Amino acid sequence: MVKLAEGLEGYDKEVIRLLENRGIKLFDKVRIRHRQGIAFEGIILPRPQVGDPRSLILKLDNGYNVGIKVENIEKIEVIEKSEPSPLVRVRQPKLKPGLPYVHFVGTGGTIASRIDYKTGAVYPFFTAEEIYSMLPELEDIAFVRAETLLNIFSEDMRLRLWEKIAKKVAEIFEKEKPVGVIVAHGTDTMGYTAAALGFALRRLPGPVILVGAQRSSDRPSSDSALNVIAATITAIKAPFAESVVVMHGSKSDNYCLVHRGVKVRKTHTSRRDAFRSINDLPLAIVNSKGSFKILNNRFLRRSEEGSIVEAKFDEKVALIKYFPGMEGEIIDFLVDKGYHGIVIEGTGLGHVGHQLLKSIKRALGEGIAVVMTSQCIWGRVNMNVYRRGIELLRMGVIPGEDMLPETAYVKLSWVLAKTRDIKEVRRLMLTNMVFEINERSENRFYPSLVNGEAIEN
Amino acid sequence: MVRLLRINYKELGLKCGLEIHQMLNTRTKLFCNCPTVVRHDDPDLEFVRRLRPTRSEMGEMDPAALFEFKKGVKYRYQAYEDSICLVEMDEEPPHDLNREAVRIALTIALMLGSTLVDEIQVMRKIVIDGSNTTGFQRTALIAIGGKIKVGDKYIPIQTICVEEDASRKISELRDRREIVYRLDRMGIPLIEIATAPVIETPEEAEKVAYRIGQLLRVTGKVKRGLGTIRQDLNISIKNGARIEIKGVQELGLIGKIVEYEALRQANLLKIRDELKSRGVKPEDIKEELIDISDIFSNTKSKIAKKALERGGVALAIKLPGFRGLIGKEIQPGRRLGTEFADRARYWAEVGGIFHSDELPAYGISLEEVKLIEERLSCNKLDGYVIVFEKKEKAVRALRAVIERAKEAIIGVPEETRGANSDGTTKFLRPMPGKARMYPETDIRPLTITRELIEEARKSIPELPEEKYKKFKIKYKLSDEMAKRMVESYYLDLFEKVVEELNVPATLVASTLENTLVSLRREGYPVERLDDEQIYGVFRLIAKGEISKEALPEILAYLSKNPDIKPEDVIKRLGLSRLSLEEIRKIVDEVIRSNINEIRSRGNRALSMVMGRVMEKVRGRADGKLVSEIVKERLKNVLSL
Repeated sequence: MVKLAEGLEGYDKEVIRLLENRGIKLFDKVRIRHRQGIAFEGIILPRPQVGDPRSLILKLDNGYNVGIKVENIEKIEVIEKSEPSPLVRVRQPKLKPGLPYVHFVGTGGTIASRIDYKTGAVYPFFTAEEIYSMLPELEDIAFVRAETLLNIFSEDMRLRLWEKIAKKVAEIFEKEKPVGVIVAHGTDTMGYTAAALGFALRRLPGPVILVGAQRSSDRPSSDSALNVIAATITAIKAPFAESVVVMHGSKSDNYCLVHRGVKVRKTHTSRRDAFRSINDLPLAIVNSKGSFKILNNRFLRRSEEGSIVEAKFDEKVALIKYFPGMEGEIIDFLVDKGYHGIVIEGTGLGHVGHQLLKSIKRALGEGIAVVMTSQCIWGRVNMNVYRRGIELLRMGVIPGEDMLPETAYVKLSWVLAKTRDIKEVRRLMLTNMVFEINERSENRFYPSLVNGEAIEN
Repeated sequence: MVRLLRINYKELGLKCGLEIHQMLNTRTKLFCNCPTVVRHDDPDLEFVRRLRPTRSEMGEMDPAALFEFKKGVKYRYQAYEDSICLVEMDEEPPHDLNREAVRIALTIALMLGSTLVDEIQVMRKIVIDGSNTTGFQRTALIAIGGKIKVGDKYIPIQTICVEEDASRKISELRDRREIVYRLDRMGIPLIEIATAPVIETPEEAEKVAYRIGQLLRVTGKVKRGLGTIRQDLNISIKNGARIEIKGVQELGLIGKIVEYEALRQANLLKIRDELKSRGVKPEDIKEELIDISDIFSNTKSKIAKKALERGGVALAIKLPGFRGLIGKEIQPGRRLGTEFADRARYWAEVGGIFHSDELPAYGISLEEVKLIEERLSCNKLDGYVIVFEKKEKAVRALRAVIERAKEAIIGVPEETRGANSDGTTKFLRPMPGKARMYPETDIRPLTITRELIEEARKSIPELPEEKYKKFKIKYKLSDEMAKRMVESYYLDLFEKVVEELNVPATLVASTLENTLVSLRREGYPVERLDDEQIYGVFRLIAKGEISKEALPEILAYLSKNPDIKPEDVIKRLGLSRLSLEEIRKIVDEVIRSNINEIRSRGNRALSMVMGRVMEKVRGRADGKLVSEIVKERLKNVLSL
């Protein structure tokens, strides 16, 4: 997210001197005489972080931005001083009485940012008026309130912020009594946050729904509109009260899927339908006309008995992926650094090379919890089939069942914040808390793909 | 229509500017690595999207875009697995700006003497008609200024941009509110060249378009054929308005479009003046929509009857002072009433409207007309418009008519129009507000380095007039053929063959310009032949494997069997060149079997023998050689 630049700092000294000597400021309209004789007229823009700092960026009258090198500028003069840009008109929503109330929480990311058309800079913007204004259809669906809790890139998410979000959501449910809470979140780490909220908020009066966009909201083709509408419908109609992710289910704007937070993964870098339920069915499907259909009957129901909030997470937990050249020193390092838990993304059914055994043994000996998951992503670990698995189990490695590596990591952080007693840690890790473990692996959990299409098997 | 036979454009104050869009012949698209091919086979996949006017657009939004969105329009996109990727589908961010396209555009800018910018920033130009999956067209300005000379006049160039082409509209499913687009064309690089609005006559507009097209062609780096070049025209006359006419593909139509648009504006101004002299003011047109359904309870008009039976109404408005003007022709076959109907169709999707100046007609009787006039209390200068439709649609249609009628009192409304095939134009959409453009944040700005400029400079081609001279003097083409070759679709191929293969330039030129044309006339699909195949055929000539007489047959066969290699065609058709020995054998055989006739004809037998031999060797031997052999053999026979 580019901050709205205050000044000319992105430019080369020579450009700054040229402008300052003539008292020219950002957004002034100038006329430049080019060395080749022609005149350029336009507004001076801040320098983007990329490109040549010796090129002055002008927005021409026809809307184009171009860069002119300082050495090609023969003469520059102001023809109009800059004016503050007019306030953006925000339409007041016309609401029907008696609509269900849905509360939005902004945390940053593509979905909650807007572009400034004058400068091209992107800045955060997330109010109820904004949401209605972007999605007038919501006026017929829900009474919306919104607040901005965080404004960060998805990749800057931290465990302390999970706690902050979880507590905020619980507080909103308790004080404001919405039918559901929607958390706008960047998509990169959305799966982790969804899992964290799943463990932190195990009994709720309504669902907590993470929603994001793979194409930013300032584009006409953004997926955010359908995602937010589907999330709102989910908040209202869902019989479940879990942490879920609502995102596009296909490359068309035709339906969204509701994924269980502890069973969802971002499986594509850029597609709208990047999110998939892994080792589970999506909880529901919401189509663009507003219909809501349950696809999976295993879920936690809405509860009026008061929320259970356990929002602490242990930051001293690592998630590491095994690879053929890996040496034990990586694990030794974590042990030396005082880590409390390690989740390994092992090979196949849950294995690592023999060169790691010594270090794993040492870690376990020092009371560190070691959980095994699989880098296959789909399927369940089973450490009884091959000798290596049996060796690891005997040493005390905890098998992660069919949990996603990321979910096992979040869960271990959450468990270790409650207890460091290794027996208790093992028991909790092997206990299904919020459907993060499926006892049965069903055939239909795994898509068979030919030519990009699922085929019957 | 008062059609001025010789329009004095200077007096009218005609001003016209051109915006030329030409596809570049790059290996890959502008922002991804897909090939730049337009396809006509069935698509492999489809998906459906909606486009939404974005939040920041709300302040001064393109009314057409908002309108489209409110109608709930969906866009169905068709794609091919092997030539369209996630970038065109808006499922992956764009890759870097295609350097090959930038280089070609820089070359053209240098040719035109334009000033290059030092840093290119790709922009997003909002276009929400669905033709771009993103909802915007990516475009970058690379140069400003420059000029071209047409006749004795210099036409200034305003801007040169590179941009991505939009997708192709395949169909519009009105009942499903769905527009179908195909993504093959989307992302093909275009160069956009805009001239200053200094063109003063239709002929000049055509000449300028022609000259720019010609300059683009000689670079050898642009695509050829129908649909690869498109012109937008900006046309205004004194006291008229700037009208943008979109997407003209045919060069020959430009002059006519300019003429008809000047005429349209002139006639609209006359209508305005007449309305003024009648004392009509915009506020005289009241938004009083009157339901006159009862008048048509026993109507003979099928349209009226059908609409009323389906629960529609007959809704009318009075247009005070408009009598006689609604029916006034402003372009051939198009009246002010047509403009009313265009607007009603656009904003209300009605089939059509009826107006006072065309009634009684269409089954509406004189009695009914009298009743209408009575009901609307029309005096003899008042006109009216009726719509037979569902109430809600009818209201929207008449509101659109009222708006257009008010504009007629003021003059010529600014709007975007589309060309009809006869050179007249129709309303397309309201003029978009100032193009909203903002930077494409997914693509880094590109610095135009000295190396890049030098590279572009190296590709500056010979100008058309230089080529013409070369073809005449060096290649010995006739004056007419040299001229034709410079304009030829096969210009690049011609130069390549002549420069690389040992084949006479005159033969290459006549094959490309004459043989192919006559084959096309005979119904052979020669447009299916690609350059590589034709080149291959000339290579066979150069190697002496076929005679030039075999050219038409081989080309004809190849056009029907484009998957076969030219070498293989020779075998299939038995067109390998005959050896001297073989020709002699055939000649001797012909002589032997016709010996009596030859003897009786004596020296006059030559043409008869020649004809029969040629029948047998057609395409496999050079005629001159055959004639020599026949003469020699005949001499032997006759002297016996």
